[in-house]
Amino acid sequence: MSAPYRLRIQKRTEEVPRWLPMATSIGAIVLAFLISGVILAIIGGDPIRTFRYFYNAAFGSWGALSDVVVKATPLLLIGLGCGLAFRMRLWNIGAEGQFYMGAFFASLVPLVPLVDMQTTPRFVILVMMALLGMLGGGLYGFIPGWLKAKFHVSEIISTLMLNYVAVFWNNYWIYSEFSDAGFQMTPMFPKSAWLPRLADYAREVKAFSGITLHLGVVFGIIAAFIIWIIMTRSRWGYEINLIGDNPQAARYAGIDITRNVILVFMLSGALAGLAGMSEVSGVVHRLQERISTNYGFSGVIVAWLAKLNPFATILVSFLFGALIVAGREIQPSGLYFFIQGTILFLVISSDVLLRYKIELVRTAPEAVK
Amino acid sequence: MTITPQEQINAVEMRDIVLRFPGVLANDHVNFTLRRGEIHALLGENGAGKSTLMNILAGLYKPESGTIKINGERAVFNSPRDAISRGIGMVHQHFMLVPTQTVTENILLGLDKPGFIMRLPRYDQKVADLAEKYGLKVQPDAKIWQLSVGEQQRVEILKTLYRGAEILILDEPTAVLAPQEIQELMETLRLMVQQGKSIVFISHKLNEVKQVADRLTVLRKGKVTADGINLEDVNKETLAELMVGRKIIFQLDKKPHTPGEVILEVQNVSALNNRGLPALRNISLSLRQGEILGIAGIAGNGQSELAEVITGMRPCQGKILINCQDVANQSPKRAIDQGTAHIPEDRTGVGTAPGMALTGNMIMKSYDHAPISQKWRISYTAAREFARNLKEKYDIQAPSLTTQVNKLSGGNLQKVILAREISCGPKLIVAVQPTRGLDVGAIESIQNLLLEQRDNDAAVLLISEELDELLDLSDRIAVIFEGELVGEFPSTEADLKTIGLMMTGELRRQE
Amino acid sequence: MSLEIILRSGLATGTILLFAAIGEILTELAGIQNLGVEGMMLLGAMAAFKTALATGSPWLGLLAGIAAGGLLSLAHALVTIHFQADQVVSGLSLTFLGTGLALVLGEGLTGQNAPLIPNVTIPLASKIPWFGRIFFADLNLLVYIGYLLIPIAWWYINKTRPGMHLRAVGEKPAAADSLGINVYGVRYFYTFVGGCLAGLAGAAISIAISPGWYSNLTTSGQGWIAVALVIFAQWNPMRAALGGYLFGMLRRFMLDLQGPMLLFGMRNPFFYNHNLVFFLQMMPFLLTIIALVWGSASARRQRIGAPGALGTPYVRGERG
Repeated sequence: MSAPYRLRIQKRTEEVPRWLPMATSIGAIVLAFLISGVILAIIGGDPIRTFRYFYNAAFGSWGALSDVVVKATPLLLIGLGCGLAFRMRLWNIGAEGQFYMGAFFASLVPLVPLVDMQTTPRFVILVMMALLGMLGGGLYGFIPGWLKAKFHVSEIISTLMLNYVAVFWNNYWIYSEFSDAGFQMTPMFPKSAWLPRLADYAREVKAFSGITLHLGVVFGIIAAFIIWIIMTRSRWGYEINLIGDNPQAARYAGIDITRNVILVFMLSGALAGLAGMSEVSGVVHRLQERISTNYGFSGVIVAWLAKLNPFATILVSFLFGALIVAGREIQPSGLYFFIQGTILFLVISSDVLLRYKIELVRTAPEAVK
Repeated sequence: MTITPQEQINAVEMRDIVLRFPGVLANDHVNFTLRRGEIHALLGENGAGKSTLMNILAGLYKPESGTIKINGERAVFNSPRDAISRGIGMVHQHFMLVPTQTVTENILLGLDKPGFIMRLPRYDQKVADLAEKYGLKVQPDAKIWQLSVGEQQRVEILKTLYRGAEILILDEPTAVLAPQEIQELMETLRLMVQQGKSIVFISHKLNEVKQVADRLTVLRKGKVTADGINLEDVNKETLAELMVGRKIIFQLDKKPHTPGEVILEVQNVSALNNRGLPALRNISLSLRQGEILGIAGIAGNGQSELAEVITGMRPCQGKILINCQDVANQSPKRAIDQGTAHIPEDRTGVGTAPGMALTGNMIMKSYDHAPISQKWRISYTAAREFARNLKEKYDIQAPSLTTQVNKLSGGNLQKVILAREISCGPKLIVAVQPTRGLDVGAIESIQNLLLEQRDNDAAVLLISEELDELLDLSDRIAVIFEGELVGEFPSTEADLKTIGLMMTGELRRQE
Repeated sequence: MSLEIILRSGLATGTILLFAAIGEILTELAGIQNLGVEGMMLLGAMAAFKTALATGSPWLGLLAGIAAGGLLSLAHALVTIHFQADQVVSGLSLTFLGTGLALVLGEGLTGQNAPLIPNVTIPLASKIPWFGRIFFADLNLLVYIGYLLIPIAWWYINKTRPGMHLRAVGEKPAAADSLGINVYGVRYFYTFVGGCLAGLAGAAISIAISPGWYSNLTTSGQGWIAVALVIFAQWNPMRAALGGYLFGMLRRFMLDLQGPMLLFGMRNPFFYNHNLVFFLQMMPFLLTIIALVWGSASARRQRIGAPGALGTPYVRGERG
């Protein structure tokens, strides 16, 4: 006795339904949380209480929401940069290092100081810092890009190695030249080097008191928009897509691959560097040893989860921002890493559904045309 | 099963085979019988389902329904291993050889012997002995990437013989051989048949098949149109009709045309191939507007590299002047700017971006000038218009403009490439194997398109493995052997025997 | 600073690296790129430590470490072989997953002392003057296992029938498949073996060579260095081991540079300005990049490359 129906798995020949990629991403997230809940339960935690706590910690109040946006800002910028690189199949895992370099370069303005911090208008200072941040990240992105284009060095490894190098570089400066009386951080930046926050306007609007949401998020949203225009409306975007799809065909069409590899890596690094500037100028207000809670790696996951779409990146970065905020108090701290890894893993597993379709078919003999 | 004296046990009996791929019915209730000791030709155009049917016999695919009998006994193959164990061996069109390993290693691959610790020299000897028995010359310890295509084919044949194959399937074996090598192959096949083997010979070339086959079966669009008929009972015209379904008038509209100015000059060009060995040796040629120069040669003698240096895809020494501008050793963009169109050998690997939509592929050459691009922007409206026009003009079958091109058939893919390249009004067209793997209808339209371009004063450099195609289309023919041009003459003076000798280097005649 | 200490230190660190690198070599020779090595190492280190602590047996710990790495790698195998997902992203995701899981399950292990795999002295060999004292005396048992693994791995890959099949699968899976070799099976197997070796490397850290659990500082990037080693070694186990030992020696040398007041007769800058040590700490990573540049260029010259089908999923019957 055989079943009247069976599963048939077949390669897709028509286009993928529009809703499917988003559905798989969402499904992966939900499943990842379920699995984490199970693991929590196994080690003796209380999943339901933990998740309810998560929710409150992230969305329970305006203050919490503002914290979410603050955490999301660097993720957004890095996610955009990584998304751009990934489109060309350039695996930029070095966002962490580019972030640190951007933070370092930007900090030079108040630390050296590059201009007089008392008399120069705040606007000028901030623009300088932003530009330097992008320069620092861009230069740091140039290195792996150039190594890949000229020597075919695997960018995965070179960017990863450079991550470590950037942290040590940063450490040297904050332990020695720029140290604040021997502590492992620089002195706090003067107010003129701070990105404006909503809390600054607490006198005008009572509700803003204590809200740390800063201008950096605007950088992110503008960047998302610019990247979207580049990818969908510009010649360069077309070239990037073509190189990503088939580098040989791009070469055949006369596109300069070397130049584009380097440019894209630099832009990707610049965005991560801008994230670094945004963090030191908008949040910590100084250069210190730890300015990133693994934004660089989380940004990679954000980009992939958002399927490299700039606007989806905004959404996903907020989700991950919420994860970070909620996860701050959660023991064990490794859970954050685990959830991220699980989400990414499930997303790529679910991608199989985009390539194959599963149907229920009758096993009764069919009439053949 | 009792056998009556009159009944013959056939080597292979395939009945009612059905196999479907996404979007296409490859084998539609196909019957096929191979008698013992015969050479049976399986004919049909590209895409008719011949390779698919034989892949089923070789255990690579499983049919949805139908039965297979080997020597009278039912057989079900779940993997190539099962087929091999029943004495079936297949030589594929695209060789299944590991380039970095030696001849012997490739022949031994997948077998239980040699033991865990291999002692290769002993097996080298075994391979050499086997090769001699069948008159196939190979060097057992050579690495595959060092071998010529013809030699690689011998390794493939040896692979099957080593495994004791009694039933051999050869998929388009003559595509990579020069005329004399084809003769040698035919003799090898007859020798094998005398030793009791049964052979299936897949081809789309009628004249070759007539030389060696005993019976033939014709497939068209997945169905059998002639089941095991004797060769005496057919002639070329009826065969063609069986293959294509309509009376073919091999009509090529070739008018005489006076060539114009010289547009391409290759001067003393030398280049290396991917393995670092010389592929082009001090080669020179020139091409005028309004003429077709056909390059004949066995695969691997430098013709791919010739196309690549002209189109900027490969570095070289020497000069390449297109429109009097030297484009050698520069980005393909330089050649493109001088009005060069390139129809590459590799459609999916080089000529198109498989994951991109039809529109995106169509604008590959024109995305950086008006009307599609304005400064830094691309107008996708203009792009879509452009693509839509080309799709209609060249009758490209695709569900829509947003279809990814990796879902298109081979013929349509080639039309996309041609449409794109020709639409720029090129002065020089470099076409490499433009009709390979296409069905007769597509072949006809592409060949006519090339002639049309020539009549419009474009220069065409045609590189093809199909000598007939070269003879039909070209105004002049040159033969390339080991990176040098060994003969160049007008096509009216061409004769097959001489060309064949030139292709294998036995004759060098300077023009 | 003594050559003897640097050599011995190099052997110890190098052993860890060579386990992971040889594992990845096997996986990549079959055509699968597994970038999750770092995660598998950390997970293996945690599993080994925790199990040894709980059971009192370092041998069970070793087994647990190997198993942990192997199991995680099966996830990578499933997703990349059957689902044909992108191998780079899958490997990265497993690094996060493995790291996260290791941190979660490794809560509270810091500062504890687990029973360790013992050091051993080889009886006769250690009597060889100078040589014996360095290479055969009072080294962890796993170092000696490393010595054995190198020639065995090389011989297996190049001189045996399964090794030939392995190389064929990674170079041209279609050829192997058409001759009846189970391509999927081979790839699963060697991915698993690679994962087990990565887990072994992790166990070698936490319960043998650098004992202890220091959350994610336990591996501190060695998994990535192992992956880089594979490229540098051009998929040759002997070169990988050599690179690993050299790297270990370099590490020790950098450490030793910081100590003395006088360096080669001159003022030691690292002693007087302690912050300069950060530049020393950068060196291993910068050197890895340089090694990669050199390795890629030399491979190009010799025309040795990655296994032909590395990173490409295999689907039977798919035409180019």
